[in-house]
Amino acid sequence: MAPTFNGVDFYNTDGLLSEEERAIRDTVRSWVDDHVIPIIGEHYLQGTFPKQLIPAMAELGLFGANLPEAYGCAGLNNVAYGLIMQELERGDSGVRSFASVQGALVMYPIHEFGSEEQKQHWLPRMASGRVIGCFALTEPDYGSNPGGLITVAKETKDGWVLNGAKMWITNGSTAHVAVVWAKTGALDDPGSIRGFLVPTDTPGFSAKNQAGKLSLRASDTSEIVLQDVRLPRDALLPKSAGLKAPLACLTAARYGIAWGAVGAAMACYVEAVGYAKTRVMFGKPIGGFQLQQARLAEMLTEITKGQLLCLQLGRLKDQGKMTPQQVSLAKRNNVAMATDVARETRRLLGANGILAEYQAMRHLANLESVYTYEGTHDVHTLILGQEITGMNAFN
Amino acid sequence: MRIAVCIKRLPDSETRVKIAPDGKSLDETGVKFVLNPYDEFAVEEALRRREQAGAGEVVVFSLGPAAAQETIRSALAMGADRGVLLQVDRMPADGLVVARALAAELKDGAFDLILFGKLAIDDYNHQVGPMVAELLGLPCVTSVSRLEIADGKGVAEREIEGGIEVCEFPLPAVLTVDKGLNEPRYPALKGIMAAKKKPMEIKPTPLGVGDVEIVALTLPPERKEGKIVGEGPAAVLELVRLLREEAKIL
Repeated sequence: MAPTFNGVDFYNTDGLLSEEERAIRDTVRSWVDDHVIPIIGEHYLQGTFPKQLIPAMAELGLFGANLPEAYGCAGLNNVAYGLIMQELERGDSGVRSFASVQGALVMYPIHEFGSEEQKQHWLPRMASGRVIGCFALTEPDYGSNPGGLITVAKETKDGWVLNGAKMWITNGSTAHVAVVWAKTGALDDPGSIRGFLVPTDTPGFSAKNQAGKLSLRASDTSEIVLQDVRLPRDALLPKSAGLKAPLACLTAARYGIAWGAVGAAMACYVEAVGYAKTRVMFGKPIGGFQLQQARLAEMLTEITKGQLLCLQLGRLKDQGKMTPQQVSLAKRNNVAMATDVARETRRLLGANGILAEYQAMRHLANLESVYTYEGTHDVHTLILGQEITGMNAFN
Repeated sequence: MRIAVCIKRLPDSETRVKIAPDGKSLDETGVKFVLNPYDEFAVEEALRRREQAGAGEVVVFSLGPAAAQETIRSALAMGADRGVLLQVDRMPADGLVVARALAAELKDGAFDLILFGKLAIDDYNHQVGPMVAELLGLPCVTSVSRLEIADGKGVAEREIEGGIEVCEFPLPAVLTVDKGLNEPRYPALKGIMAAKKKPMEIKPTPLGVGDVEIVALTLPPERKEGKIVGEGPAAVLELVRLLREEAKIL
């Protein structure tokens, strides 16, 4: 079905996509038009994730879509994967976050660091949406400094015992399995960080919804407590070794976020244009005034730049040439750009812009979280600074 | 069950169309082309029949330019088994020319059902399905909104003015289908990837001579700006006067 949302394509970037990439984007776009847009405002107000969408997302093949078909995934290239993230976030960041966590933060590490048995067991179940995952790295006192985490995994004669607390965990209360990152050695040794697959019904595992969010309201964000959680030996992701393993997951997720942000920005821009052409003030549509035209011109310019960043980043990823620093640049730029576009749309819409009936303020509030998670804007600034100068300014 | 579905590539109805300088065709620059929405119901119905039967083949046919391969592939992505493109340089204005080419292709296909959308949303002709049925000497039911098939026979419902008509017909048959028959599926991402590996035959197709020619294409006249004649009960008299004297509808 042809989608009703026509996107934003000022530079004919569609012409740089393959027929399959466009077909995939249009399918997800139609699905978001039909199933996300009509319900998301209400879920946002209620503070609930639309769980009823999970089976359809799985059937479309949205979970871990860039992982191999041998594990029940769609086996898409990374540009197609990015376009999926773009369209999901065009609906809502909470929906895109759900898919990012499931795919890039849980299925990806299982695929990358797991044993063949772990892959065979978990990936098809997760691709089909029967198993939902979450990624537990961040702790109450260790956000931008994940290497300092204090969750510990002690080896016993028949397995592992985990103790610690995690925070800001997307899907935490929904998940059936958590990828928990813990230190197996001394607390000052980030090299001893390992990933563990923890079924959430294991005794000692508890998750609690983090109430009071004014952002990402259509998303499950939870605290997790691990108290003497006993796991079998094979709960360990055998190839996860040191801080670089969770950081690789974050690179995979940030890649999708760079695309997602463009989706949110496109949703806002299209809303702004529609409003500017129809809202009459001082006897003519406000789009006829220079101040609003300046807003719209700025938005279109920045969105177009963001689209081209993503596309080239995706082509590099598909060629195996993408660096984490390039991902930092795209995540940093595009999320800040989308936040600006959402804010300017909110303002262009005047008083109407604060209503849930319009999308801008929901996207704006969401993007404030996206600005902060998966490496804050500032952390990415320092990653680029280090890349440029060779000097570490983190501490 | 062997099912043929005939589909058409046409401009997306969201497109703002421009008329080409010749005054009788569309300017296709920047126009997005899609699968005719009514044909989506036909593809979906064919897939469901095949799935219910547990066996069979769904073959998609389209007469169109080389770019219609993409349209055929969107039907393959939904789940059709293979596609045939009757490739032409230009779309004929006369539905009978299209119908003759399709009928020639379909006649030896041994299909149990040949499905069409009830109309193409670009020309609104409702022609090609019934013409193909006639050329093949097959029964035809148009605008089908409900369908049951069993034991070599079909029962179809069509929405007619003020009611529902129920028709019985033997197979093979040609049906044109309406909205409401089903809810077309989204092509799954795996389906989209699989579509490019499915067989597609491309047959350059010489067109017969038609009797219908498009001589002009014009956009509907722009609506004139409305007029507010006044407010409150005082305006009623003026409104009635204008409806009578200016609009001449009272």
